[in-house]
Amino acid sequence: MLNNIYNIFFIPEIFLACSSFVCLLFGLFLKKNAFRQTSNLAVFVLLLTILLVYYDSESNFANYKSLFSHSSFINFFKILALLGSIASIIISKDYFLGIKLKNFEIPVLFLFSTLGMMLMIASNNLMSMYLAIELQSLSLYVAAAIKRDSISSAESGVKYFILGALSSGILLYGFSLIYGFTGSMNFNEISFYLSKYDNLNLGLIFGLVFVMVGLAFKVSAVPFHMWTPDVYEGAPNSITGFFAIVPKIAAVALIYRFCLVPFENFYLEWSQIILFLSIASMFLGAIAAIAQSNIKRLLAYSSIGHIGYILIALVAANDDGIKAASIYMFSYMIMNVAIFAILLSLKVKNEYLINISDLKGLSKSNPIVSLSISIIMLSMAGIPPFIGFFGKFYVFIAAIEQELYVLSVLGVLASVISAFYYLRIIKIMYFDESISEGIINFQISFQSKIILSLSLFVIICFIFYPSLLINISASLTI
Amino acid sequence: MIDWPLVSVIIFLPLIGALIILFIKEDELTSINIKWAALLATLGTFILSLILWLQFDYSNPSYQYEEKFRWFDDFNFFYHVGVDGISLFMILLSTFLTPLCILASWNNIKKRVKEYMLSFLFLETVMIGMFASIDILLFYIFFEAVLIPMYLIIGIWGGNRRIYASFKFFLYTLLGSVLMLIAIIVMYRNTSSMSIEFLQGNYFSYNTQLFLWLAFFASFAVKIPMWPFHTWLPDAHVEAPTAGSVILAGVLLKMGGYGFIRFSLGMLPEATEFFIPLIMTLSIVAIVYTSLVALAQTDIKKLIAYSSVAHMGIVTIGIFLVNQQGLEGAMMQMISHGLVSAALFLCVGVIYDRMHTREIEFYGGLVQRMPLYATVFMIFMLGSVGLPGTSGFIGEFLVIVGAFKFSSYVVIGAAFGIILSAVYMLYLYKRIIFGTITNNKLADILDINTREKIILIPLAISVILLGIFPNLFLDPMRLSLELIITNYEIANAK
Repeated sequence: MLNNIYNIFFIPEIFLACSSFVCLLFGLFLKKNAFRQTSNLAVFVLLLTILLVYYDSESNFANYKSLFSHSSFINFFKILALLGSIASIIISKDYFLGIKLKNFEIPVLFLFSTLGMMLMIASNNLMSMYLAIELQSLSLYVAAAIKRDSISSAESGVKYFILGALSSGILLYGFSLIYGFTGSMNFNEISFYLSKYDNLNLGLIFGLVFVMVGLAFKVSAVPFHMWTPDVYEGAPNSITGFFAIVPKIAAVALIYRFCLVPFENFYLEWSQIILFLSIASMFLGAIAAIAQSNIKRLLAYSSIGHIGYILIALVAANDDGIKAASIYMFSYMIMNVAIFAILLSLKVKNEYLINISDLKGLSKSNPIVSLSISIIMLSMAGIPPFIGFFGKFYVFIAAIEQELYVLSVLGVLASVISAFYYLRIIKIMYFDESISEGIINFQISFQSKIILSLSLFVIICFIFYPSLLINISASLTI
Repeated sequence: MIDWPLVSVIIFLPLIGALIILFIKEDELTSINIKWAALLATLGTFILSLILWLQFDYSNPSYQYEEKFRWFDDFNFFYHVGVDGISLFMILLSTFLTPLCILASWNNIKKRVKEYMLSFLFLETVMIGMFASIDILLFYIFFEAVLIPMYLIIGIWGGNRRIYASFKFFLYTLLGSVLMLIAIIVMYRNTSSMSIEFLQGNYFSYNTQLFLWLAFFASFAVKIPMWPFHTWLPDAHVEAPTAGSVILAGVLLKMGGYGFIRFSLGMLPEATEFFIPLIMTLSIVAIVYTSLVALAQTDIKKLIAYSSVAHMGIVTIGIFLVNQQGLEGAMMQMISHGLVSAALFLCVGVIYDRMHTREIEFYGGLVQRMPLYATVFMIFMLGSVGLPGTSGFIGEFLVIVGAFKFSSYVVIGAAFGIILSAVYMLYLYKRIIFGTITNNKLADILDINTREKIILIPLAISVILLGIFPNLFLDPMRLSLELIITNYEIANAK
């Protein structure tokens, strides 16, 4: 349907790819303020991409049908990933300038990895899926190690790379098994081929398990989560923010599509794996976070826990599950944007905040900031009336719709355990007497302030008008 | 009738007050403005809630002043609030006690006045909202949101072990209520409705009811609290600031009893029938055991906290008798306990403010220096014991009358508990009020001042009013309770 060859540039992914190169060149030729200008341009590009995704029509995809798919679910997650990426670029700008890390490549890396994520979300073919994952991951490996003079940053980059490469290898092996036994790489063709059989044969089961392992690594579900806390801790805070906010969105969308499109008829086979991943992630995320003193490690375990809940919705595997996952993912993104917007602006003795215990006395020196953190923490713990509660609520609705009573009860129990460490942060800010006052500085740029206020507004006010998001997520088809 | 959204105004007026306070800058001079703003907001709420009572239609057993808006497009969740005979007095209790709490903390809260008042106003909104909601999801949201301000109140303004107490309170109650969330979703799945009114028919199979009942039980038994789920309560009560204990004992414990009546009795009648022996056993153990424990306490607040558990034992017996006397008695006992225990905590607060200790041994002979205090304290003490003419008597009497229809063993247990309550309360009173002053520090202790009079005298009046004119309170709730009993009997007769 490509009447006009220029239409091709209006396909969001192609537009984003071209613009990323433009950004790269733009940064290269700028003498002054390269980082700041490139960041601004990147934000602008991403905004345009959102528009393109929004107005994207199926006809644009005609030539890529076998590689990529097009659906409301895909578009929703693409927009989510783009929004997360925009937010994390904006909130991390001042941080990078603060630690004198002014490489203009950073926003470009973010752009490439976002591009990889969009392709991941849309991929409808094992090969395109693998390439998209690699594009996304390679950018992230570099981003993790971007602070070259810091040992911890380099370590986290290398750790991420080695474990990521291992998981990619496992993933690829799984793909080869699936291809070998079904003779196709296309999701729909695999599904069609498999629909003729009642059971998966041994080779396909192996393939499925290998792919699940690889994907579990990407979403950092237990027991393939080991890299998350270390990488989160080692990378510069703003990179951690990006890691926490965006790639999870794409990985979750991918794991959903992989389970529900090619293997939709083999629910029993994959649901057992997801069930285990889900329970293990919820409980490990809840228990391991208790002992953390580093806020980034704590957030890493918290994100592992959240993944557990999203996987509950996947086990449910019904329309409610897709709805729940999109609502949960949205709330997860908003809450992480808010908490990182604050963390990237908090300085303790002129160093960016790392230790949770440094939050002591924040409620006296910065009452509004500590109130915001408390709200975010309560929301993450799933206490009503904040948005985090509704994410969990919809997940449990989906699970009970599928009669997963035990899983739901385990889920709520884990949420009680995790409430403990979220409350601990509030306790440190409000209950502990601060020894030294006034050492905490909160400096936030105007743009980050807008992002922070917007996300807090959504967290608090979601309850007053939930239908907006819920109607969108109810209409999603995979 | 009233054509403006009275219930919503009552629910959200404290929140509006909180928003106003949020914009008052706090320093030495303006903290008084904050206090006044909080007091006015809560007093306004109280006056509006009196309209609820005055305009209440006694002949209507179902909800009145209903407001209903679609809230979620995809599910049948509504913003649906209203008041019936059961919730009317719970709401009144909340609106009555909150201004007193603000007054009680007028001078003794010195740090972070703004946050304190914000917490209390938010707490009032969620308490009223919880009692007024007719949609279970709305109920649940308010039910859990109560934890947030209470956690802060205990944790920031509490005593030495406040952090332990606040965490224990929060996690214990959360553990109970998340199971309720699952139960609520299961109910929704079976009936596609979240309306409390609608679910009060019998819609669930027997086995489903048993599981749902247990889930609700987990939540309400922790809240009310029943033995052996009561261990959070003494900690929370002792460590909370005076006003925190007042709200905790006065209103938050009633959420459990209210939930039992609405959910267990109203929606799960057959399961309730099955579990009645369990409840009766636990209640009698609670009454006897906690009374004995109360006898051994050296801390006044802890003693009153344990006595709360014993009194709530009477309430659960009354509720699960499921007859007219039992339920009316349980409701009366809840209202009475709300007033009496709140007042007792306030009385403890009075001497704590002066001496900064709650050890019973420290005091003695207060009647010599504080005659007025000794008098009001006596009224509340007798109210707690259940002397005829005070509010405590009505509730206990009705429950015991109702219990005779059920089993005389329960009567013996309950009566034994009442005797024990007289023992520990009178013993407490003797030790701190009577005798001669032995402790020199008490030599120049002052009697209650005007502010404390303003707090305690309305409570004393209402305790006696409740004891002399119980019908004033029983008439509005009678038909609503009858409706629940009728539904219950129909369901179990099948």
